[in-house]
Amino acid sequence: MKRKLEISELIFKIISYTLLTMFALCCLYPFVYAVSASISGREAVEYGQVVLFPKALQFDAFALMFGDNMFWNAYSNTLFLTLYGTLWSMLTAILGAYALSKRRLLFRKFFNFFLVFTMWFSAGIVPQYLNYLATKEVFNGMGIMDDKWLVVIAMGMAAMNIILLRNAFEGVPSEIEEAAIVDGASEFQVLSTVYIPMSKSTIATVALFFAISRWNGYFWARQMISNQNEHPLQVFIRLRLERYTDPEVIAGWNQTFATDSVIYALIVCSIVPILIIYPFIQKYFAKGVNVGGVKE
Amino acid sequence: MKVRASDFLEFDKESQVYRVSPEQAVRDDVEKHYWRHVGVTVMRDWRLYVMLIPMILVFLFWRYFPMYELLGCFKVEDSVKPVSEQLFSGFSYFKQLLVGGTGLSTDFWRAMRNTFVLSFYGLCFGFPIPIILALFFNEIRSNAARSVYQVLTYLPKFMSTVVMTSLVTMLVKQGAMTTGMGIVSQAMENLGLISHEVANAGLLNNPAFFRSIYQISGIWEGAGYDSIVFFAAIIAISPTSYEAAQIDGADKWAQMRYVVLPSILSTIVIMLITRIGSLLNIGYEKVLLLYNTNTYVTADVVSTFAYRQGLGTGAGPGVAAAAEMMNNVIGMLLVIGANTIARKASNTSLY
Repeated sequence: MKRKLEISELIFKIISYTLLTMFALCCLYPFVYAVSASISGREAVEYGQVVLFPKALQFDAFALMFGDNMFWNAYSNTLFLTLYGTLWSMLTAILGAYALSKRRLLFRKFFNFFLVFTMWFSAGIVPQYLNYLATKEVFNGMGIMDDKWLVVIAMGMAAMNIILLRNAFEGVPSEIEEAAIVDGASEFQVLSTVYIPMSKSTIATVALFFAISRWNGYFWARQMISNQNEHPLQVFIRLRLERYTDPEVIAGWNQTFATDSVIYALIVCSIVPILIIYPFIQKYFAKGVNVGGVKE
Repeated sequence: MKVRASDFLEFDKESQVYRVSPEQAVRDDVEKHYWRHVGVTVMRDWRLYVMLIPMILVFLFWRYFPMYELLGCFKVEDSVKPVSEQLFSGFSYFKQLLVGGTGLSTDFWRAMRNTFVLSFYGLCFGFPIPIILALFFNEIRSNAARSVYQVLTYLPKFMSTVVMTSLVTMLVKQGAMTTGMGIVSQAMENLGLISHEVANAGLLNNPAFFRSIYQISGIWEGAGYDSIVFFAAIIAISPTSYEAAQIDGADKWAQMRYVVLPSILSTIVIMLITRIGSLLNIGYEKVLLLYNTNTYVTADVVSTFAYRQGLGTGAGPGVAAAAEMMNNVIGMLLVIGANTIARKASNTSLY
């Protein structure tokens, strides 16, 4: 009996390790290939000789990217959208979630339903598009000509994140709040000195979710931002991909590196900053999934 | 409950008129006081309601107003007037989409079928793989080794849809006069999985490959990350459960079957509900970035269909709104249905 147990355990272990290793390598390979292809010579890339390691090293594709003002412009636009977008979303979400977490709030059920319903039913692309166009007109009428602000204010709100925050706030013991109120704290002071410090990790997680969705935002930014100089990085990458896979551009290409290398260089450039901060944010990322239970 | 006039009225014999009965007067008073109570509470906690305002406004303006815009699917199209002033046209757009055998309705049914097929495949392949991954992670006893595996498998989740689709596009791209085909097409050709012509024409131009590319890239991107929640459920199982099973002579498979699976069942149910809830909510961004005119046959989903009809040179926003209306209503019924079934069957529910 004991033997049978050991054998089955061993078999399972071997299978786990093999399949996991294969899967992990599959996850990693495209990135390694992208790096190698971005710094390999033209012939090596075009004739598919690059498999894992770079061949005939060149860094001209990166030089082309870094010398491109549009690239830096796109990067700063993305940073702008991520920073202000996350701040705005967090502000509305924290205030709203705090109010919703209070049992003494009247019509609490209604407000909760108001939120949750948007998770069940969304209007879809075209009505949203028409709505954003109308918003854009209103904003322009108010003198806000920058489409960036439209993206910051009107987009990227998620009911799920507010519910995560609400659940965290509900978990704060009411004794601490009462103590603060006895000490004469106002509503805003209670929020900023009791609730926010006590649910720091959920707040970090939610901020991370908002930041990631802002950083990755593509579709609406492309639809709504008409000025090319205001395009964020994701739109820039897509436009460059469309340009450098265009047969005409490829036919007239006379550089020492392949058109593919430029695209790979761009992909690498957009991933590297995330890789740098990845170790610091990973634990919040993992935590966010586990606090995802929704009540009511 | 039967309501009788005598419940709230009483006949005054002297003046021969009906009056409000004393009981009803009390009830009226309570009601008046209810609203006074509401007023007093709101005034006392006015800060809470002020805090709610930004959130309510954001959701009202950019979530609920589009739903109102969606009513355009019942209205005669007139881009000059706002939806509220347009004439009611009934179900003509729905009719155009559902019946008629025109190109439009054929395309709509194709999009509907593709939406179901893509999400169903996602459920069949995308859902179990994270669970299996979590079981595997649990086998690795060394924390350092497990961290390495986890970091590697979560990594693709951090890429944006654009970067992911760009990579996919490049890896399976077509071969041209001057440039070779993508490395993955090349590898598949060398392994004898596809012929040279197919590989050279570009897999993304071939409708037969779109669904596989969509699912495999989805698994590549999300399986590692989706496994976190299941892994957390597995490591929460008490070691004594395993020991008890071992003493009873359970081998590894029996332990999986009788210890691990029952313990993570509620997590699986919750994740399944979420999954079914977003079943029709196929990420239009990813499809838009991966499909092209050659692959509409298998790639066009309802939201991309609506996008082309409404914003491109299509049949107009009314038809687009009608298509999305149907998609979203079915989607909502699925969420509510899945949730109700789960609540009845296992006392686990999400909402």
